[in-house]
Amino acid sequence: MFISINQLNKHFLDKNQHASIVLKDIDLQIEKGEFVSILGPSGCGKSTLLSIVAGLTEATGGEILVDGKEVKKPGKDRGMVFQEAALFPWINVLENVMFPLKKEMSKKQANEQAKTYLKMVQLTNYLDHYPHELSGGMQQRVAIARALAMDPEILLMDEPFGALDEQTRTRLHRQLEDIWIETKKTVLFVTHSISESIKLSDRIIVMGTQPGTVLTDIKIDLPRPRDHHKEEMLKIEDHIMSYLKKEIDKVVSEELNHETNL
Amino acid sequence: MKPIYKRLIFFAILLGIWELGGQIGLWAEIILPPPTKVFTSLYVGITDMTLVYDLIASFRRLIIGLVIALVIGTSIGVLIAKSKTADDTIGSMLLAFQSVPSIVWLPLAIMWFGLNEQAVIFVVILGGTFVMAINVRTGIKNVSPLYIKAAQTMGSSGIDLFIRVIFPASIPHLVTGSRLAWAFAWRALIAGELLTTGPGLGYTLSYASDFGNMSLVIGVMIIIGVIGAFVDQLIFQRIEKSVARRWGL
Repeated sequence: MFISINQLNKHFLDKNQHASIVLKDIDLQIEKGEFVSILGPSGCGKSTLLSIVAGLTEATGGEILVDGKEVKKPGKDRGMVFQEAALFPWINVLENVMFPLKKEMSKKQANEQAKTYLKMVQLTNYLDHYPHELSGGMQQRVAIARALAMDPEILLMDEPFGALDEQTRTRLHRQLEDIWIETKKTVLFVTHSISESIKLSDRIIVMGTQPGTVLTDIKIDLPRPRDHHKEEMLKIEDHIMSYLKKEIDKVVSEELNHETNL
Repeated sequence: MKPIYKRLIFFAILLGIWELGGQIGLWAEIILPPPTKVFTSLYVGITDMTLVYDLIASFRRLIIGLVIALVIGTSIGVLIAKSKTADDTIGSMLLAFQSVPSIVWLPLAIMWFGLNEQAVIFVVILGGTFVMAINVRTGIKNVSPLYIKAAQTMGSSGIDLFIRVIFPASIPHLVTGSRLAWAFAWRALIAGELLTTGPGLGYTLSYASDFGNMSLVIGVMIIIGVIGAFVDQLIFQRIEKSVARRWGL
């Protein structure tokens, strides 16, 4: 297996040293080149899981292997795109994409490589613009180009389109799909949107909450692009919803209990 | 009406009252000389170059002091932002120092350096250093964790992370720190010069006062105020605004 997540546990300690369990015994095997979505209601620990794979958060138990090596800290083999573009505002678009390349190649090479990926996200006309001059969708495309520019094996995406409007999101879905087909990266895509995950992924890992566990693992075999398969997509959506319904009810009743206890 | 016109009319009325009040004898000339006298003494001071030499001397001290203050202040700020121990010790001392007007150091400075330029520069340095240090510390502590995370996933860490991400991300606070450091240093400079030897704007002010030349006193006060407002609004506030815009604040 390319990414192998074994018996992964994570808890946080609160002020009174009580452990709140975020992730419980997560087992997940992902093959090279797969597009895998991690889907779940808010609070199921899906972003924490991604952050552990990125090496930004430490697990409390278990292990993650990437290509046989244990993940301990962030590395250039795993590029990450966050919900906010996280571009550096003091440098322009081209320099942002060149950021991860500075140490390992000459300026000229870095420049060319950055331009290649900016072309992939169709932003070659904006090389010398600064982040604040771009729309949210354009910023996110720069962030994708930046993560791809260091040519990682894995692309980790944490609700990358969550803050964008519907039309922009649809356009970026298509663009991401094209990029994925072209570059054959392994993608781990965290989202809370069922339709988004069905549209994009080979596999959907549905997570439950309190504690975060894997509920089910669904393979999506529809041919791409999937816009012509609305009916099948709806069926899958209902199927996933049957799992998530219980989870959402759980969150709601928890919140209500909390209120009545006040 | 545009603000500039409102301002012009306001100052015209103010000058009118000031001039008229003296002429009809509301107050004696030694108490408050009329604007015409003030501008005459300014004109004389500038044409015979005495005020120009004062300005040059004052600015020389200010620039030397301010540059040293910014360098030391930035270094201390980085140190206390990065080291918890330094923050607990030096950091707490900074706040105490910052609440003491730097001019109170002058007696000590005169003992250490003598009644000369060095004592004034010392006071200027103290005026700017602490406020710069405090702002640099705030800037570094407030760098968005998102920038740091993003940089880490791109293989940046340690010194590289500091130079390429943390430091540039805190530039807005650095600019604010510099602006405040300038303001404190400017006040410290004039106060220091009042109490030491010339040439310098502060010295000329106290010299004119000793000889009862109130129109020159007011003239120097106007120069001090105009320069202060000019540097603050036309230089620092502009930089601050453009930095804030680009940094998305």
